[in-house]
Amino acid sequence: MTGSGTPKLTEFLVEKVVKNYSGIYDKSTAELLSRVRREKLSQPAIFIGMGSCGITAGADKTLKAVETYLTENKIKADIIKVGCMGLCSAEPLLDVQLPGKTRLSFANATAGKVDDLLNSVFHHTLPHDNILGQYRFHGHEEWPGITSLEELPFFGLQYRMVLKNTGIISPEDIHDYLARGGYKSLFKTVLNYTPEKVCEIVEQSELRGRAGGGYLTGRKWLVALETGSDQKYLICNADESDPGAYMDRTLLEGDPHRVIEGIAIAAYAIGAKKAYIYLRSDYKRAIVILRDAIRQARECGFLGENIFGSGFNLTVQISQGAGAFVCGEETALIASLEGGRGIPREKPPFPAEKGLLGRPTVVNNIETLANVPAILENGPAWFKAIGTKTSKGTKVICISGKGVRTGVVEVPMGTRLIDIVNTLAGGIKNGKQLKAVLLGGPSGVFVPPQDLETEIGFDTLQEIGAGIGIGGMVLLDEETCMVSLSKYFMEFLQKESCGKCIPCREGTKRMLEILEGITRRPREESSHETLERFKGVVQLENLAEVIRDTSLCGLGQNAPGPVLSSLKWFREEYEEHIFDRRCAAGVCHDLRTFFIDVDLCNGCNICQRKCPENAIIGTVKMPHFIIENKCTGCGICFDSCKFNAIYFK
Amino acid sequence: MQQDDIMEQLLLDLFSKYPAGKKEGLIPILQEIQEEKGSLTGEILTAVAQHLELPVNKVYGVAAFYNQFLFRPHGAFHIQVCDGTGCHLGGSVSLLTAVEKFLKIKAGNTSRDGQFSLEAVPCMGACDQSPVISINGERYPRINEEELRKIIGVIKEKKV
Ligand SMILES: Cc1cc2nc3c(=O)[nH]c(=O)nc-3n(C[C@H](O)[C@H](O)[C@H](O)COP(=O)(O)O)c2cc1C
Ligand code: FES
Repeated sequence: MTGSGTPKLTEFLVEKVVKNYSGIYDKSTAELLSRVRREKLSQPAIFIGMGSCGITAGADKTLKAVETYLTENKIKADIIKVGCMGLCSAEPLLDVQLPGKTRLSFANATAGKVDDLLNSVFHHTLPHDNILGQYRFHGHEEWPGITSLEELPFFGLQYRMVLKNTGIISPEDIHDYLARGGYKSLFKTVLNYTPEKVCEIVEQSELRGRAGGGYLTGRKWLVALETGSDQKYLICNADESDPGAYMDRTLLEGDPHRVIEGIAIAAYAIGAKKAYIYLRSDYKRAIVILRDAIRQARECGFLGENIFGSGFNLTVQISQGAGAFVCGEETALIASLEGGRGIPREKPPFPAEKGLLGRPTVVNNIETLANVPAILENGPAWFKAIGTKTSKGTKVICISGKGVRTGVVEVPMGTRLIDIVNTLAGGIKNGKQLKAVLLGGPSGVFVPPQDLETEIGFDTLQEIGAGIGIGGMVLLDEETCMVSLSKYFMEFLQKESCGKCIPCREGTKRMLEILEGITRRPREESSHETLERFKGVVQLENLAEVIRDTSLCGLGQNAPGPVLSSLKWFREEYEEHIFDRRCAAGVCHDLRTFFIDVDLCNGCNICQRKCPENAIIGTVKMPHFIIENKCTGCGICFDSCKFNAIYFK
Repeated sequence: MQQDDIMEQLLLDLFSKYPAGKKEGLIPILQEIQEEKGSLTGEILTAVAQHLELPVNKVYGVAAFYNQFLFRPHGAFHIQVCDGTGCHLGGSVSLLTAVEKFLKIKAGNTSRDGQFSLEAVPCMGACDQSPVISINGERYPRINEEELRKIIGVIKEKKV
């Protein structure tokens, strides 16, 4: 029992732990801490991964099943809703810890499996399936024959600093964070260091912006600190505009106080009294958790007036983005906070000099800020020891796409891309081959297999023309059509272009038109479009270069990324689409031609009845035939054939 | 009549929360109305513009810029098809086209009778279970056309 919510416990933790520089505790404190951290239990504890990804996989149903099981069997146990520990493909995750034993983790624990799993654990036996591994706890009895989580390939390569607590602690209870040394850095900082000193420490640590730009965070802070003004602002950018990634959400849903502590330290360093957290309004769960976390931090005196009696004041406000990709760009974000349309402006002046309402404003990525508490706690030298010569620390990466495992991981800078693909993601699903890796989201770059030896880092990736962006990594298998995928990103970017500068607004539209032309159904093409199509590749390249060089903000400058890189590595695929009118992957539906395999077709007649164009002829019990120039390639026959007799080229 | 009163009250509450003439309040005000009412109307925008001392065209411009603001409310059944990168690779496009055909509405629209609306949304964080859809917040992972038809069929039965 942690007795969460008791003001006494909070007070005790603040006095004995947060304000304890030495980190050495007397016996009774240590005892209490191990209880709050749920190392020492008086009754069983059940942990359920309730991040958004877990809920999608059915974690709320698992939760209900657990509750029912406990009432039916009259078992007293604590249920703790934790965030996502990153292995999203194994959700719903369910951990059970019996007093005196280690915490045991189960993968894919859907509601139907709960009874069996809990039954065996409560009878001190191991179930046959679904076991992921066990945590390593000192002085606890281990489950025999079960690997520890750290030894799993998924966790082996990771270095979890930002994600240290995610998936392990309750994001809803500040005591969990406090008992693990939370807010100590803030206490140490505001009472011992001047703002200049904090900027200096962070600059010494060589922490670089995690949004992809890689600007030295300490230096950015110093600019804001040294610009005179009556009011300054700090903005935590958790906009996460990449449609295929969600590490910001994972962090907020798993360990919100780490972010808040980072924000408070940064605000202190630049002299801001007001901070904003900008995140997507559809991150409902993250918003609820964050709002509650801010309230708890305020009640403990970590936010508000005169923090720790130092005279430092800070309010933190959540600001919900209204759904525009470009608002992730810092000047657009500021325009949006000011109540206008989210449109970027030219830089300089940089926001650090002239930002929100004309005042010095630091915009930092959420991951950058989440690194800060650990740096202040352990010192810049410790941080610098992790990573490579030019890129220090770790990087949080969201692996999605066709990997065996997908999810959110944190690796030290300098980890090779290929190791992430093979070890963390476990290779490609269904025994397929890897075709390429997309780094950096919709305006990112495709990296071909031969470049995967590259190490993660700002400069190393730049050498191969790529960048990690905010940390999205999509694994693509051999069945991916690069033309179609580039078209998908271009469509997204074209829709999201704010329309202020011409190269981006018009250019992305023209590029999209060319890509649409390349993949359009041959029958629907008029003669001049055929000509356009032939000119396609050359024009794409020309356009892409102009857009890249002349756009106002990063959206336009990076928009041609997927097209240019796929043209560079997979040019033959474009040519095949353009000249042979063929999509080898069969993804571009309009280019498919269907045939019936006479050996497999038994004349069941289903396809003939379903064909909306009456393009299929044949009599019952005899192989059918598709009339090629009547066929529109809709694929209904293909989907409806029960004998796999229909194929396409 | 009663509807109008509720709206009036909501606006009054919002106007006391966000000071007059301060345009930083614009997006939060619109967000709260959107959240409460499900869509924005010309009258609402005019009232908000008056309060914030902004021209209506400016307020409209902001509302039209962001995807979150709607001028037609979502249907009684709001169907979101994930079209994040992961689901896109997992076949969300053919799923989306199938629903479009089946419900006879395009993504981003609401059916005439106000029963169904369809939206393509970014990653829901379950890429390995792609394609994923959500109906009124309830998620359905690893869905195929056939299953989706069944689910929507069941809903169509239920609808009043
Ligand atoms: C189109 C566009 C989208 C962006 N999206 C994000 C985003 O989602 N999150 C983010 O932190 N930064 C994003 N940025 C970068 C920000 O402009 C800014 O550089 C960053 O927040 C600075 O943080 P850092 O110094 O901590 O890296 C985006 C930039 C552009 C041009
Ligand atoms: S892309 Fe659909 S859940 Fe990730």
